[in-house]
Amino acid sequence: MAEITLIEGVTMALARAMEEDPSVVMFGEDVGVNGGVFRATAGLHDKFGDDRVIDTPLAEVMIAGMSVGMASQGIRPVAEAQFCGFTMPMIDHIMCHAGRLRNRTRGRMSCPMVLRFPSGGGIHAPEHHSESPEALFAHMPGVRVVIPSSPSRAYGLMLAAIRDPDPVIFMEPKRIYRWQKEEVADDGEELPMDVCYTLRDGNDITLVTWGSMVKETMQAADQLEEQGLSVEVIDVATVSPLDMDTIIESVERTGRCVIIQEAPKHCGVASEIAAGLADAGIWHLHAPVKRVCGYDVVMPLYRNEMKYMPSVRRIVDAAKEILEVS
Amino acid sequence: MAHTAAAFKVDYFQFLKPDGKLVEDQQVPALARDFDRLTELYKLMVLTRTFDKKAVALQRTGKLGTYASCLGHEAAHVAIGAAMKEEDCFAPMYREYGAQFYRGVKMSEVLLYWGGDERGSNFSGPKHDFAWCVPIATQCLHAAGAALAYKLKKEDRVAVTVVGDGGSSKGDFLEAINAGSAWKLPLVLVIVNNQWAISVPRKKQNTAATLAQKGIAGGLPSIQVDGNDLIACLWAMDKAVNAARAGKGAFVLEMLTYRLSDHTTADDARRYRPSDEVDEAWDNEPLKRLKAYLIDQGAWSDDKEEELLGECKQWVQQAADEYLDMIENDPQPVTAMFDYMFAELPADLIEQRTYAQDYAEDGGHH
Repeated sequence: MAEITLIEGVTMALARAMEEDPSVVMFGEDVGVNGGVFRATAGLHDKFGDDRVIDTPLAEVMIAGMSVGMASQGIRPVAEAQFCGFTMPMIDHIMCHAGRLRNRTRGRMSCPMVLRFPSGGGIHAPEHHSESPEALFAHMPGVRVVIPSSPSRAYGLMLAAIRDPDPVIFMEPKRIYRWQKEEVADDGEELPMDVCYTLRDGNDITLVTWGSMVKETMQAADQLEEQGLSVEVIDVATVSPLDMDTIIESVERTGRCVIIQEAPKHCGVASEIAAGLADAGIWHLHAPVKRVCGYDVVMPLYRNEMKYMPSVRRIVDAAKEILEVS
Repeated sequence: MAHTAAAFKVDYFQFLKPDGKLVEDQQVPALARDFDRLTELYKLMVLTRTFDKKAVALQRTGKLGTYASCLGHEAAHVAIGAAMKEEDCFAPMYREYGAQFYRGVKMSEVLLYWGGDERGSNFSGPKHDFAWCVPIATQCLHAAGAALAYKLKKEDRVAVTVVGDGGSSKGDFLEAINAGSAWKLPLVLVIVNNQWAISVPRKKQNTAATLAQKGIAGGLPSIQVDGNDLIACLWAMDKAVNAARAGKGAFVLEMLTYRLSDHTTADDARRYRPSDEVDEAWDNEPLKRLKAYLIDQGAWSDDKEEELLGECKQWVQQAADEYLDMIENDPQPVTAMFDYMFAELPADLIEQRTYAQDYAEDGGHH
């Protein structure tokens, strides 16, 4: 079994899905011979050819709209937006059609497509290459929003997303594309969507996060544990629909929760989780729920981007603040 | 040295003039002598107009929601449906009932949709046809995607879509032209140019002499026809669909017609449109000329017309009754808004569904 990175997990899943289902096609800008600007589709064009790994004209609306059209007629497109910022023109087709096709036609049609794209900041990229738009997609009825944070989850969740009969927005945290290596078997086993993954068990406090922020959150958990605390870490993994049960079950034991997200704070997924805790989790809470988030500002250009993002220290400080509440 | 890098022309076709006579200065397609076919399509045009009148009446009497009339577009719409095979895919905008009736969509289903019931979009026409598409021009890319799917699967099928003169200003339409050109797709893009995008006239969309030439800019064969001439519309559609099916790629067809109605029943065109323009447009409308032609050729008569109108009224009334009966006696339950969101309902939606159902049973929605 090979040790692979998160992006290699994506590539391995794409290849596996293409092998097992001839209706799966890659569809996007530079996904073909070039293998994608991050190499997510590397090697696929050689293996599967022009008809399966399709370089498109440079037109994001077209990529999204034609994916809806293909998905409704028996092809399973895995569309790539080259960067998170370029998904904005695609929103019309995701919101108005991908998420509605099944409902609009009372189940006569469906839209089994995946829109995958690198998301988040931290790689010194130009403007519009570093945003975290998961809350925009999470607000859309009829679409799933999945964000893996490890090589094995990238592989297993991507397989689940492609095989799913409904549209999935698959956001790849590019800052941790090559952060960790992990042994992942190319066994075709998918991992379940719609559930949180508990990365570390603990009893004193629950840290909830997803995507790239798993990195800082795990480091914060290490620091807190060095100080004798028992920290539970949850990777939400599917931000829509949201598995509140796992989070509430954890908070029932710990009574304390910090939610960490890279996206801006206002109306974010962290807010939805906090609201869920204020509802079904309120009687178990010993302290206020804290959100450690990106600021409600335009994502700064790269010289300041790490100052925008939640840091290990900001997470540790928020945790300590609510641990002091007795 | 300067030279002409590219040059183009847009051909315009009209075979049946507004007075019901065939044009004399050019060859007329054999279709003009196929009276069985023309009569069949004429009947559908009359049925479509009868239906349209009834739908507007239902809206005016509070029995139907906002409705988009197809008055004046009957030749264009019926020709689009008539040129397609069942296995082809139709991606309409929202007023192409004539095309949809030809493809087996029931009149009661159109009424259900505008009557606020999603079951209308689970229609009796081909199961792969798209439903009504309200966001302007987005359907063009769905058709392009369908066409690419057929090409990838090596299926002998064509995707046909319709956009208005207003919609031709949208990127989706232009990106679909580009896609049709890049992949040589079995795709027919029809611009039903009815001169008005709600209150904005054609001349305010742009100053191009034709809308068809947008297709030429993208590398597609593109022509313009009299959209009130069924013979020209069907001849052009046959040409485009056959070319697409033969692997010759995508085609752009502009049909020049006129929106004789308001944009929808929620609109009042008298606020922005001169009445003499509408009066003049009535002289060119598609039914009158075809009827005159068929009578002139001995293929139709006033007696047959009277009989047909009676039948159409009866069929339309039956459709209206069926629709009204369904919404009154077999309405969708509150749970129906949840049941088609996903193939399998996620846990949070199951919870909301139960909650909504409890309230509905309790009368709590009132």
